Amino acid sequence: MKKLINDPENVVAESVEGFGWAHDDIVEVRTDPLLVLRKGGAVEGQVGLVSGGGAGHEPLHAGFVGEGMLTAAVPGAVFTSPTPDQIQPALTAADSGRGVLAIVKNYTGDVLNFETAVELAEDEGTTVRTVVVTDDVAVEDSLYTAGRRGVAGTLVVEKIAGASAARGDDLDTVTAVAARVCSQVRSMGVALAAPTVPHVGRPSFDLADDEVEIGIGIHGEPGRHRIPAAPADEIAQMLLEPVVDDLDLQPGEPVLLFVNGMGGTPQSELYVVYRQARRLLEARGVTVARSLVGSYVTSLEMQGASVTVLRLDDELTHLWDAPVRTAALHW
Amino acid sequence: MTLDVAWAQRWARESAAAIAAARDELVELDRQIGDGDHGENLNRGFQAVVAKVDAADQHPELVSDVLRTVATTLMSSVGGASGPLYGTAFLRAAKVSGLATLDAHAVVALLEGALEGITARGKAAPGEKTMVDAWGPAVDAAVDAADAGASPVEVLQAAARAASVGASQTSSLVATKGRASYLGERSIGHEDPGAASSALILQAAVDAAVGTASESTPDSTTGRPADVPVTGDEA
Repeated sequence: MKKLINDPENVVAESVEGFGWAHDDIVEVRTDPLLVLRKGGAVEGQVGLVSGGGAGHEPLHAGFVGEGMLTAAVPGAVFTSPTPDQIQPALTAADSGRGVLAIVKNYTGDVLNFETAVELAEDEGTTVRTVVVTDDVAVEDSLYTAGRRGVAGTLVVEKIAGASAARGDDLDTVTAVAARVCSQVRSMGVALAAPTVPHVGRPSFDLADDEVEIGIGIHGEPGRHRIPAAPADEIAQMLLEPVVDDLDLQPGEPVLLFVNGMGGTPQSELYVVYRQARRLLEARGVTVARSLVGSYVTSLEMQGASVTVLRLDDELTHLWDAPVRTAALHW
Repeated sequence: MTLDVAWAQRWARESAAAIAAARDELVELDRQIGDGDHGENLNRGFQAVVAKVDAADQHPELVSDVLRTVATTLMSSVGGASGPLYGTAFLRAAKVSGLATLDAHAVVALLEGALEGITARGKAAPGEKTMVDAWGPAVDAAVDAADAGASPVEVLQAAARAASVGASQTSSLVATKGRASYLGERSIGHEDPGAASSALILQAAVDAAVGTASESTPDSTTGRPADVPVTGDEA
């Protein structure tokens, strides 16, 4: 294992400290417990937005703290959810008196720790609602599993809910907007090579040079099945089709197309995937109205990509376009 | 050997020693069907537990005082799914252990409390390839032993044996809860890391009671074959 780290024990704290210094016009970092707050903390008159999860998915979540997006982010150990005693202070700090929405990816650890933290925060007098992001169509039969995972679609939920909060919507409205995005966003991913968690020291799963893993999540866990490596266009099709089918997209409908890199894939390859995904959508008569291409929801240095589609309507488009100023997303 | 406050403190230390010794084994189990950090996360948590239990400001009078310290420390230092699950287990166990010494029925209540905490937090049922598949059989065996007039230590021994068997048997199950559930059928053939660590922790309770050396390897203290995998944590 070769990594730009000092000690696996300290990698998250040191990384977050560096992040805070690099973006000290946007965020402030608190230690003990570790959390990232929008500079100046909760905004008067606005619903607070908090998300969090294991480190290793950068720029998710800390990179999305700032104007028009998250109020606070809580990083856990690598690929491990933060603990309730970290999350609760973030929830409390994000509350300006209008309540807080917690955005949680559907992984058992995240859900359990947020659930516990929400109980603690409510005891302290903060009203908290929760939305659980479940965009990953790779989990086919959620009846017999922990349910669909929350992956790259989380960024889309955070951006649009953030815009809703920024325009002064109340907690019920922000929650409803976030829930609507959750119901209209789907993703599917592929890995070409597994990531290496610093304190484990070797790849999270074994993948032969001539194989790719379809339907991976973002925690280095294996996916649904393995296939021989194939050209990008074929893989893009394998990722896009289940997404489109699950959304039941009809000709004429506008969408946001988001191609996300998993950390170890060059931007050029992401555009190759985007090109094919867009061609396939347009061949179905679906209109790609908005686009995003880049490594935003990563899995350390995993090679691979995911394709995310959000069905748009006028309000969601307007909220997506609203100004955002964070370390990793700004327009 | 009575099960008192000193036993509870030894249990915490024996657990930490057993988890530290099995760290790599647990990582490997979790690497197979999870994300490979169960051993690391639990080890971090139990090292924090030992530091807390050994701290000078700790003067527990009741078994529950120790268990509550274990609970809150695990909850605030483990993360993942196993932090809240083990944290809640020890918290519920503490609720029914407000005593200076435990008799056989109090040990049963402690174990029942732990199981109830895990099922309440994790919403898992038996047969889903989780910690419940170790704690469930452990409670059943403890109840039977206590009803048959066993001593508190014998109740723990029965529980630990049943947990170890239960954990081994998770290999043949399809995971339907937690991270491993995403693998579906591919989870067959791999022991659940959470069930495996649960068996280690219950064996540590026995070792704390009978004075077995904690320095020995987990294989010799649990009788588990060295190549049996254990599973892991989740974000």
